[in-house]
Amino acid sequence: MTALLEVENLRVSYGKIEAVKGISFSVEAGQVVTLIGTNGAGKTTTLRTLSGLLKPTGGKIVFNGKPLTRVPPHKVVALGLAHSPEGRHIFPRLTIEQNLQLGAYLRKDSGGIGKDIDRAYELFPILGERRKQAAGTLSGGEQQMLAMGRALMCQPKLLMLDEPSMGLSPIMMQKIMATIVELKAQGTTILLVEQNAQAALSLADQAHVMEVGAIKLSGTGQDLLHDEGVRKTYLGED
Amino acid sequence: MHTLPQQLANGLFIGSMYGLIAIGYTMVYGIVQLINFAHGEIYMTGAFGALAVYTNLPDSMSIWAALPLMLAGGAIVSVLIAVGAERLAYRPLRGAPRLAPLITAIGLSLALQQVVFLWYPNATAGKHFPQLPGGPYHVGDVDIQSGDIFLVVAAVVCMAALAAFVRTSRTGRAMQATAQDPDTAQLMGIDTNRIIVIAFAIGGFFAAVAGLASGLKYGQIKYDMGFQAGLKAFTAAVLGGIGNIYGAMLGGLVLGVAESCASAYISNIPGMEQLGGEGWKNVWAFVLLILVLLARPQGLLGERVADRA
Repeated sequence: MTALLEVENLRVSYGKIEAVKGISFSVEAGQVVTLIGTNGAGKTTTLRTLSGLLKPTGGKIVFNGKPLTRVPPHKVVALGLAHSPEGRHIFPRLTIEQNLQLGAYLRKDSGGIGKDIDRAYELFPILGERRKQAAGTLSGGEQQMLAMGRALMCQPKLLMLDEPSMGLSPIMMQKIMATIVELKAQGTTILLVEQNAQAALSLADQAHVMEVGAIKLSGTGQDLLHDEGVRKTYLGED
Repeated sequence: MHTLPQQLANGLFIGSMYGLIAIGYTMVYGIVQLINFAHGEIYMTGAFGALAVYTNLPDSMSIWAALPLMLAGGAIVSVLIAVGAERLAYRPLRGAPRLAPLITAIGLSLALQQVVFLWYPNATAGKHFPQLPGGPYHVGDVDIQSGDIFLVVAAVVCMAALAAFVRTSRTGRAMQATAQDPDTAQLMGIDTNRIIVIAFAIGGFFAAVAGLASGLKYGQIKYDMGFQAGLKAFTAAVLGGIGNIYGAMLGGLVLGVAESCASAYISNIPGMEQLGGEGWKNVWAFVLLILVLLARPQGLLGERVADRA
């Protein structure tokens, strides 16, 4: 069986600096796969390359049987790969509802879009209460909810979440992580980049540790959660 | 006729023209952060396109029947040049340092002037442009020419249509998204290159309308008419808050009224007798710009750009 996403020997450079140095991994339908690692490890670069915002210098990306390496971002979305970017990047001067509608930009079924907007409000009730408000007025955690809700609006086959808990209060972080667990239970396939290694590993089926552009260690979330090296470096244990 | 209502009306007429041209500056800047200094020439070529159509129509045709054809001719020329400039000159420089497209725009502006100067038959001097019959109409103390009516009606119709388009259409929403965050817009499935082309095309169309209106108003067009009009319209766009379409129109109207009133009344102030009249109106226009920007650097309707979360 072939995986939903297969990344093979992927290389990405910024000018002369190689940020991703030949990584390979795959995501099976229904799985949650996480990339963990310190800042500058190349995790965000990897996601931005998968969604077409960056062009790889080498390697292969195959998504749902189609090569992605030269596909522009707006066509990647059309293939069913959604990306909730690092730093959330909601459209600040549009309303929450308009942000969600933009997530469904490529869909034509207005009835279905309406239903999915309602579903996003069920998942994140606070968004429903403030639907007519400019998205820039939301708190960081609420903006993260909106970014996730917006990414789900295209009915993705694979949802990529980049640092969803970054900069959030512990309570908000728990809420976001609980939502990811809920999405997983609903069968959503997720590629998660997260600096909160503890949380990410405990919910991931597969996990990869990235260091300076390469994958250093791979295993199931539980394996890595109990790996001594990972515990020392990423979970802050002596 | 130097009554205050007349000065205000004159200001609103010329301001409508500044506003129409300013839309092109502001839409392009709002989406790609480029000051398209060739935009004044897109306005000029629109006027010449309209005149070229008129020249080739049978003499028996009335000006009212010719008007839509002239507008179409001017619009085709302006839109093609605007979109062609984006595709051939600006797009390859996207991602280059800001100075590169700016210099390209200035070069393109000079090139377009020279092309019209050399190629359009007898364009070295001003070209006679047909005028609308009727008028002047007297409304109270105010004299209004037919060309002024055309200008104001065109500005109102264009502005209302643009506002409706941006607010309600799917492409308009995509335009707002692209202006706010182009990378993320692409992640929504928006083809931002297409949105940029549409912004240039709309700007080109508005410039063509202004070019036609300007010919009808003054009865003459010239190859270098785009320089000063472009500079004024750019000023209007900055005054209103660059990137904001309502700001562009408001900036145009404020600028038009201010320079009209300043040139008429400044010389009444004791000690400033020498500073009034037509010759000084550009000076007052830019003084106004400086004063507004000192108080509101983001322009009248511009928003302070907050750091992205």
